[in-house]
Amino acid sequence: MLRTRVIPVLLLRNKGLVKTTQFDKSRYIGDPINAVKLFNDKEVDELIFLDIDASKQQLKPDFEYIKSIASECFMPLGYGGGITTMEDISLLFSIGVEKVIINSSALNNLHLIKEAANTFGNQSIVVAVDVNKNLFGKYQIFSHAKIKHKQTDLLEYVKKAQDAGAGEIFINSVENDGMMQGYDLKLIQRLSKELTVPMVISGGAGKLHHLKEAVEAGASAVAAGSLFIYHGPHKAVLINYPGYQELKNIFN
Amino acid sequence: MITIIDYGMGNLGSIQNMLKKIDSACRISSNIDEIEDATKLILPGVGSYAQAMFNLNELGLIPVIKKKVDSQTPLLGICLGMQLLSTHSEEGNADGLDIIPGEVIKFDLPDSYKVPHMGWNLIHYKEKCRLFNGFEELEEVRYYFVHSYHFSLKNMEHQIATANYGKEFTCGVQKDNVYGVQFHPEKSHTFGMHLLENFSKI
Repeated sequence: MLRTRVIPVLLLRNKGLVKTTQFDKSRYIGDPINAVKLFNDKEVDELIFLDIDASKQQLKPDFEYIKSIASECFMPLGYGGGITTMEDISLLFSIGVEKVIINSSALNNLHLIKEAANTFGNQSIVVAVDVNKNLFGKYQIFSHAKIKHKQTDLLEYVKKAQDAGAGEIFINSVENDGMMQGYDLKLIQRLSKELTVPMVISGGAGKLHHLKEAVEAGASAVAAGSLFIYHGPHKAVLINYPGYQELKNIFN
Repeated sequence: MITIIDYGMGNLGSIQNMLKKIDSACRISSNIDEIEDATKLILPGVGSYAQAMFNLNELGLIPVIKKKVDSQTPLLGICLGMQLLSTHSEEGNADGLDIIPGEVIKFDLPDSYKVPHMGWNLIHYKEKCRLFNGFEELEEVRYYFVHSYHFSLKNMEHQIATANYGKEFTCGVQKDNVYGVQFHPEKSHTFGMHLLENFSKI
């Protein structure tokens, strides 16, 4: 039986590692390549890097830098940020990225997802969606890069992304990001019911038992930043990750 | 030298990185002469079966791969590269290299099993297979998988490893010096390094 994937999510800004709270207040954490080496030693299931500035500033992925990260990654690597074309995707695969994570570009162009899934296989194409709530508490799509889009319904959009060929849907909860108080379980329940492809949830994990709660709510895999970066009540930076047996015990 | 065949279908960099890590000389090439020259071949691949066969054909690589296989050069197919060793695939209704008889078929599982099968899974392996030499010292041998289709062998004696996802399926194949694994050794840290090291010693 497949064990639930537990994925550290690392945020890139100017070749540095940062951590945000509610998509804001970014704090410098350290050197990304050093972090990868530490996560290698800890034999993590998978790693995700998101360049949080690329789409916002309409920049291409920093291919050279991603290549140097990938060359140290002996685990599956997902990358997101600034991906807009088939050429970008193709280049990322050629430098050792396993999965491309597309957020902003998918909002107005699910055709890119379709084309990429047809060419590279849907298992390697991930559509990411940032979710927040409107004044009435209704879930809505948040565009961090301030992309104008017409996707008004979250449920409808994730289903469209899946139909276009996304092999995985990565959901990031803006409100819960960096809060370390647990995932938005209602959000997980609502979306996972509608999806046939794996759904990865991110945003909110602060304790290992939060991971289990997310899986019980329907997440196929769980992702976290703060949990694997911070230690103790004062949030000292300390790269950490549970051992294999510990993870097994959490989910059993 | 191990030659990783480049036919435009993904994950070459990661394989090269891991081979470097275990100090195994390798190069990436789509050049027929260089492939002809190789002491070992790795056929990688991420993507769709039909597209992969199309690319191999366009690059004129099919005859040289078959020739190398006939002359007993060890070959390791990884993921899609393993599937291409088959006779035919449902994915795009395409014919394969037909080196190991069998059909690549889509997972047909109850709704509770999401497809692609994506993540770490335990494998059961044939202890006598050279790819798994020394593995008895490893606990809970597990690899990273990402796939929607799997190899259904015609002849079960070609099976060297299985995994379970809703049902047992073949995740390792071998015929003479041709090996194939459905999972990604290059993305499976310790377990992958052991396997690639074994392959490099064949």
